[in-house]
Amino acid sequence: MTIAPSSHQNSVYHADARLDLRTIAQLVPTGSKVLDIGCGNGDLLDMLVSEKNVDGRGLELSQSGVNMCVARGLSVVQGDADRDLTYYPSNAFDVVILSQTLQATQHPRTVLLEMARIGRQLIVSIPNFGHWSVRLDLLRRGRMPETDTLNSKWYDTANIHLCTLWDFVDLAREVGLSVDQHITLSGTKVHQGAGHISWLDNWRAEIAVFTLLRAKPQGE
Amino acid sequence: MQQKAPDTSKVHIFNGQTLLLDGGGALENFHIAYQSFGTLNKEKTNAILVCHALTGDQFVRGTNPITGKAGWWEGMVGPGKPIDTDRFFVICSNVIGGCAGSTGPATPHPQTGKPYGLDFPVITIGDMVRAQACLLDALGIPDLFCVIGGSMGGMQTLQWTCDFPERVFSAIPIATAARHSSQNIAFHEVGRQAIMADPNWHGGTYYETDGRPSKGLAVARMTAHITYLSQAALHRKFGRNLQDREKLGFGFDADFQIESYLRHQGMSFVERFDANSYLYITRAMDYFDIAADHGGQLARAFQNSRTRFCVVSFTSDWLFPTEESVTVVRALNAAGVDVSFVEIDSDKGHDAFLLDEPELTNTLRGFINASARARGLHDDFPDPEKEADRA
Repeated sequence: MTIAPSSHQNSVYHADARLDLRTIAQLVPTGSKVLDIGCGNGDLLDMLVSEKNVDGRGLELSQSGVNMCVARGLSVVQGDADRDLTYYPSNAFDVVILSQTLQATQHPRTVLLEMARIGRQLIVSIPNFGHWSVRLDLLRRGRMPETDTLNSKWYDTANIHLCTLWDFVDLAREVGLSVDQHITLSGTKVHQGAGHISWLDNWRAEIAVFTLLRAKPQGE
Repeated sequence: MQQKAPDTSKVHIFNGQTLLLDGGGALENFHIAYQSFGTLNKEKTNAILVCHALTGDQFVRGTNPITGKAGWWEGMVGPGKPIDTDRFFVICSNVIGGCAGSTGPATPHPQTGKPYGLDFPVITIGDMVRAQACLLDALGIPDLFCVIGGSMGGMQTLQWTCDFPERVFSAIPIATAARHSSQNIAFHEVGRQAIMADPNWHGGTYYETDGRPSKGLAVARMTAHITYLSQAALHRKFGRNLQDREKLGFGFDADFQIESYLRHQGMSFVERFDANSYLYITRAMDYFDIAADHGGQLARAFQNSRTRFCVVSFTSDWLFPTEESVTVVRALNAAGVDVSFVEIDSDKGHDAFLLDEPELTNTLRGFINASARARGLHDDFPDPEKEADRA
């Protein structure tokens, strides 16, 4: 899979990635203060600034992505989700977005905890390792899945922490987050749900977008 | 009595005004030499202050009357350039302590009529910025759309955002740091010792003699010049090439091109720069430490700042390495300030900010245009992507 951790434009989810970003954009309240972690070349941020009038900031690992963002007039800094979130103050943002980046981080649990500290609402999208094509590929070939959307060799992928929708929801709950709503994307099909991930969701979603809220007080 | 400023700059004389200094002293009736380009709009919202580096001056574009060469930021400032003189009112002033028309150690002391020399008070970056604020007051400019500068110009830019946050809409500190590092102080000390070891320096009173501490100042410049370049750039430009000879001379002439180049840099510098100014301005940089001025916490310096920042560094700059910029960016983030940060891939070292770096041009153009839109300066602001294409 070549879901580049930090550049949407390199994603093999090309058409889907656009849908993924569109879906996220629709979930962001107008005029809110937003941090987009792994903002790539700024497509989503630009969409949010121009269409949702947000006060948008970005964090991006790749220098080329950052430079492109700043040249577009976006407020973006070079940085690493694993290392640099700790420098942001608590409750600094209304919405913190992590779009198809969690699976490429060293410490997904810490990243989620930091996001929950920084933002009041979280929007996270992940590629679903529970998708039927992944399951069938492993079953059929007995090797690490390589599908249209997972086309890197196991030793050559940036996606070191892949998970299924159920796995993600378990982790979210463990760090004190509740799933407010979820939207699954498969091809051009979009399904909305209210946070309960069904067997079918976990089977058919290529990508899922979650909105998460803090369920418990901080520091539990 | 004021040292005559070069023709093309304007000089503002602050008669009857006193500039209080961080070191406890004061400057009375001080002068600031500056240049301006473009037109101030009637709302007075389009002023950009360009801050120059250690050996820079107010001649940011156009012919520099001291050297006869082009301005030091010709590529960045002008019609259609990122700092667009068709849209913005651009000011660049010689720092206090300098030698291009503003009050400095070569200026006659008001009491004695002789040049200050070492009687000139030690100044800080904060003093330079306070003097620039006086100039803005005199020009009737309430606040700045943007403050920008590289190296020591970046220090002044940061100082502006800390000391006059309400007067700075956007800030672009380039190739700089929130404090001068031990290594940088060390290089400056070598330069100062070279000047003071020159027998022509005479404790800073050389103005009354026929001589100048040219050899000392040239050595200071040679040392500093090495720190402005990267190892890769030096090697690409000069390698181990010999100068005007086929084989090694087995002597101490400039066998190598790099030696000849540095000697030339040193000798041409002494024609345009005052040795005492070099002492004072390097000292001001050494004293620079924003965190120390804010209880040791850099983020506190930027608390409640509403300024939009764009911090820029270069990969091969070892004098003001990227980590220094990252420190500033983290503090700005911690203070919740609107900040962009770009590290530009260049092998040209610290001097990259003065050179033609397309990525720098595009970054500044994008940031300045976006800031202009945020400030409501909508007129004639083309689409930034088309702008980038044009560049």
